[in-house]
Amino acid sequence: MKSVIIIGAGGAGLVAALSAKESGAKVTVITKEYPTRSQTCMAQGGINAVLSEDGGDSIELHVQNTLKSAAGLADESAVRYMCQEAPRAVAWLDSIGVCFSRTNESKIAQRKLGGAYAPRACYAQDYTGLKILHTLYDRCLAEGIEILNERYLLEFLTCKDAQEKTSVCGVSVLNKRSGEVQTYEAQSVIVATGGYSRIYHNYSTNSSSSTGDGIATALRAGAKASDLEFVQFHPTALKNSSILISESARGAGGYILNSKGERFVNELLPRDEVSKAIDAEISKGEDIFLDIRHLGSEFIEKELPQEAKLAKLYENIDPACELIPIKPAAHYTMGGIDVDENSSTCIAGLYAVGECANHRVHGANRLGGNSLLELVVFGRQAGKNAAEHAKSSDKSLDLQERKIVLQEQITEIKEYTNEINFYEKQKFLGDLFYKNVGIKMDKTALQNVLNEVQEMKNILPKMGLDDKTKIYNTNLIEFLEFKNMLDLAELIIISAINRQESRGAHFRVDFPTADDEKFKSHSIIDKNGAICYEDKYQKR
Amino acid sequence: MKINIKRDSVVCYEVEAKNQTLLEALNEIKLTQDGSLAYNSGCRSSVCGSCAVRVNGREVLACSYHVQDGDFVEPLNNTPVIRDLVVDMDKAYGFNAKAKAYQSSVSNTVLLSHEDEKLNEVQSDCILCASCYSACPVYAVNSEFLGPFSLTRVWRYVSDKREPNKKEKIDTVQTNGVWDCTLCNACTLVCPQGISSKADIEKLRARSVMFGYMDPSFFNFGGGLSF
Repeated sequence: MKSVIIIGAGGAGLVAALSAKESGAKVTVITKEYPTRSQTCMAQGGINAVLSEDGGDSIELHVQNTLKSAAGLADESAVRYMCQEAPRAVAWLDSIGVCFSRTNESKIAQRKLGGAYAPRACYAQDYTGLKILHTLYDRCLAEGIEILNERYLLEFLTCKDAQEKTSVCGVSVLNKRSGEVQTYEAQSVIVATGGYSRIYHNYSTNSSSSTGDGIATALRAGAKASDLEFVQFHPTALKNSSILISESARGAGGYILNSKGERFVNELLPRDEVSKAIDAEISKGEDIFLDIRHLGSEFIEKELPQEAKLAKLYENIDPACELIPIKPAAHYTMGGIDVDENSSTCIAGLYAVGECANHRVHGANRLGGNSLLELVVFGRQAGKNAAEHAKSSDKSLDLQERKIVLQEQITEIKEYTNEINFYEKQKFLGDLFYKNVGIKMDKTALQNVLNEVQEMKNILPKMGLDDKTKIYNTNLIEFLEFKNMLDLAELIIISAINRQESRGAHFRVDFPTADDEKFKSHSIIDKNGAICYEDKYQKR
Repeated sequence: MKINIKRDSVVCYEVEAKNQTLLEALNEIKLTQDGSLAYNSGCRSSVCGSCAVRVNGREVLACSYHVQDGDFVEPLNNTPVIRDLVVDMDKAYGFNAKAKAYQSSVSNTVLLSHEDEKLNEVQSDCILCASCYSACPVYAVNSEFLGPFSLTRVWRYVSDKREPNKKEKIDTVQTNGVWDCTLCNACTLVCPQGISSKADIEKLRARSVMFGYMDPSFFNFGGGLSF
């Protein structure tokens, strides 16, 4: 049987796996951790869908809210498709057993998130992502889908046909447990590896696994990435740990206050605007707080139990009677592997979905509640298309040869001199990015960081490993992740320098307004940093 | 302060930790002292289940435990250690499939009320960290025992109105399942999500009785007394 391999076992990967299986393919999911440990489990707020138009909400309003938040950079047809599919996506999740919160009328409960006209985010207390992810995993077990744990992606293996068209024919991974390179043949491969917010290191709300591996690897294989400069900062991360306090806290009526106890921004504006307002206050020397005291301890206990627990654990405060110290932190990367309306990259058989992909539905700023939606809607599409492609493909190649080359590369890395501690460089990169490639940017600062990043790439052979062993070498895996992040860091900065305007999450102090004439279009970049802009109305 | 970590032998590390979580202390060791220390982590906010270890003999999530001077840190019990604090979770995860811990078919028509939601709200918070398998004395001696998180997951589906074939779920957990548990409650005490697998197993027992099953130990007892 023709096989589809999915790299990544988060929400996007598992939805794609179920869909590919349903379409008749042999499916294998490969993950660097275990399923259920991915970033998806951290999504709290909800999944957007207009389930009823009775309260004045409509699919059209969902489309318009999404487009407005995207600041002119989303593709309307893709957004429309996603919003139209949303009720079906939620009904499907309900049908496989997701424990959504319910109303007294036995309907799926919905709440209002920033930038939304009406309560539209279907939720499961504040564990929405966790409960969706675990139910998807259970469904994969029910369908007998093979999941291979603890294998780290090395390369997408490609071959060229007589017309010089590149196709994917498999993947290579490093088995973390054995330390051996392994290869798997597949007619289609779906990348579902998540975003790259961990470049911001201590200033990211994300799991330590959100290192952009799939994007960097797809670029190396010849795919393109787009809109990499758009990184969303969530306004309410805990001040010390960058751990996320969900938007549901503001949705429920939470205030954002400065040191004087004053509100200074409409809390329900989209995330980019709230983050910018907070950043401006911090620049004036203010400390910033989230205030949910007035919601009452009973409400907090019932609707926001996770927020209460996290505030207690990491800031040692009780949000029912104390202010929660916050700061904005890197949360979601809108850019990613460039895909067409079929979730396909420019490499035949290579698909991408979820945060690692750019389906052009979030544009310059994602709406809360649209990322879980995106991964279900496009996960189903990617799985189906990948299965169809696999049926018609007959590509194969000598995997043994590729294996030897990769094994040699690992051996070479182990011979790096390790004069410089790469963990310190990684932390330094995060600090540089938060200060200079963060909520506000300017050309000089961006150029300086670019120089630093390029220098870091040059001295990689002076970094390297403390640990040269084979079995479960996390030092090696983290070094490979750092290499991927450096590759992406360079491309992000090049994209940010080139976009000489401000739009959504991309705020250039030296170009403070939008320039529709030149830049109301997606930036497309390849592994060498060659960048072009594509008219968003042009047919891809 | 000093913390002791069980690797091939016990290694003592000095960390600066002030009001740090254990995970932050492990990260500090890895960054500044010893890049070879192996442990897992993910979300840092106790929802991904990656960083369960034992401290002073008790299961904790490294990301939510505040480290104390003299702490003794070990990998989870009852699971093969791959290296340092990393264990092989494949077998524990495998019990979910064995126990058929999923909805048996897709259900399109059932409406759930607010009360229905509450029936398995807590059970569906499980993060599969396997602290419960590490603490379970039954699993320690019977490696085929389906174990706490899988049985909680079975209850999560049995208690759900959308599950169309509750009997099949109950049938599956009779062998190496609900009756093997000693109801010692060790799993409840270590669960970071406040789930009581023991209580869920009791509910599965009650449901088993409704489907005509009996505690097999009664038979054994009777058999033992017969002449």
